[in-house]
Amino acid sequence: MRDIQKLKEIAVTLRKDIIKMLTESASGHPGGSLSAVEILTALYFSEMRVDPNNPRWEDRDRFVLCKGHAAPVLYAALAEKGFFDKSHLMTLRKLGSILQGHPNMNDTPGVDMSTGSLGQGLSVANGMALAAKLDNKDYRVYALLGDGEIEEGQVWEAAMTAAHYKLDNLTAFLDHNGLQIDGQVTEVMNVEPVDEKFKAFGWHVIVIDGHNFEEIFKAIDEAKSVKGKPTMIIANTVKGKGVSFMENAVGWHGTAPSKEQCEEALAELGGENNA
Amino acid sequence: MPNLATREAYGKALVELGKENRNVVVLDADLSKSTKTADFAKVFPERFFNIGIAEADLMGTAAGLATCGKIPFASTFAVFATGRAFEQIRNSICYPNLNVKIAATHAGITVGEDGASHQSIEDISLMRTIPNMTVIVPCDDVETMAAIKAAAEYVGPVYIRLGRSSVPTINDEYTYKFEIGKAVKLREGKDVTIFATGIMVSEALKAYEMLKEKGFEAEVINIHTIKPIDAKAIVESVAKTGCAVTCEEHNIIGGLGSAVCEVLAENKPAPVVRVGVKDTFGQSGKPAELMKHYGLTAENIVEAALKAMSKK
Repeated sequence: MRDIQKLKEIAVTLRKDIIKMLTESASGHPGGSLSAVEILTALYFSEMRVDPNNPRWEDRDRFVLCKGHAAPVLYAALAEKGFFDKSHLMTLRKLGSILQGHPNMNDTPGVDMSTGSLGQGLSVANGMALAAKLDNKDYRVYALLGDGEIEEGQVWEAAMTAAHYKLDNLTAFLDHNGLQIDGQVTEVMNVEPVDEKFKAFGWHVIVIDGHNFEEIFKAIDEAKSVKGKPTMIIANTVKGKGVSFMENAVGWHGTAPSKEQCEEALAELGGENNA
Repeated sequence: MPNLATREAYGKALVELGKENRNVVVLDADLSKSTKTADFAKVFPERFFNIGIAEADLMGTAAGLATCGKIPFASTFAVFATGRAFEQIRNSICYPNLNVKIAATHAGITVGEDGASHQSIEDISLMRTIPNMTVIVPCDDVETMAAIKAAAEYVGPVYIRLGRSSVPTINDEYTYKFEIGKAVKLREGKDVTIFATGIMVSEALKAYEMLKEKGFEAEVINIHTIKPIDAKAIVESVAKTGCAVTCEEHNIIGGLGSAVCEVLAENKPAPVVRVGVKDTFGQSGKPAELMKHYGLTAENIVEAALKAMSKK
């Protein structure tokens, strides 16, 4: 399904769910969840071969949320996709919830890997891609990294490994929103030029607008056609996208909205709907 | 007694496992000739992944393979496996309870000439404190072969501590039975229990003979699994002997000594004397010289046993 209009509607739903679940939990990370909405929408509602009724299906495509603090966008997508009932979203970060503060594969149906400690996910995605090649399976592995996250050295170890083992069944996205907890990525610890860096590490690199579905799909298709190397899709995004007072505001990295702010955000997103 | 390093037995065990189970894969961080994973790589090159000098990535890649049904054995030196990649082991392997086996070689001070930077004396402590982790320290080649096979059959993360230097073969390859979490009583005695792990088991057996000459009957128990520890065997033995000595080629903080003390303090308080590296870094030297210098010989165990018995 590449019904862009429909996907745009799903994206709005996910954004509303993110806002509502974070308001209810009163803690969590809205900014980096909202910046990745279109990427996850494209993957889960069009591209990826997954079965909500069989979350551990051996032949499924895999997704590793390397930037695990964006768990709300993953949970919203999985719930919308039908991996679990949407009522769970309001239990985010609460005692006994299947929705932990950062994703845990053994708690949440549909989560392919536990993440949250930055820099570790790409290595795991590599392992999944190697397993696919060993077993001659055609599933693909997707990973989503944050641009602050790539300050972690392990990311570059994994970048070497993916190229060394020619993991062309791996497509990674860089959520390039330019902000991290302490400020602008370029000021805290400059990671630029990210495109040149991944190219130098042996990756096929595509730069897109990470909120534009046409560009996301074009990049996904291009990645699938590339042989012998992994692809990094550098998705230029806006942290807090869709909620004007959160957009490009560093303070919204790890702060939950108040009830009033929630209502304001939902109004801006087109009003209340059932989460 | 024949002499073989536990890492040598590891290489042999991997090749056997590789033949039996096509899901067994092996990863190394540029030390395959030393860790002996090169033995596996020679026979099964398509199932061997050299990750280069990148221990964090080593553990993460192993975790990813495990999520897809593979049984990865990840190897490097113990100090790098458990130190450099501690948090990867914690968060990417143990928290999701993935079926990764970390077989780390060159543990302890018998690494020898490379010196303190390469002598892991903290790894047992680090690994046993992580939930979901099983910790095994084989004492000889026979036990290593058995432990590697048991680890492959067990589902969940396992840390296996292996050594660089040759050690005497204690167990009979035809009759020895290994069970994860089940201590092995090697000698019966009533005066003191000597709990030993890894290469210290053979020293403990020597100490048994020396104590016998002095008129003492020591009980010698091989604690090859530090976690889950065989609390029943520990308590039952000390209930009989009334005191204990622990022996490990590891810091006296956090390893076997601590584990035994925890069990006894909660179940059967008794005097314990710990033989191990006394919270200090090692140095370069020949393995035997280092064992003597850091107090890890049979003589040191005898001395500790006499001290423990005097406190009863």
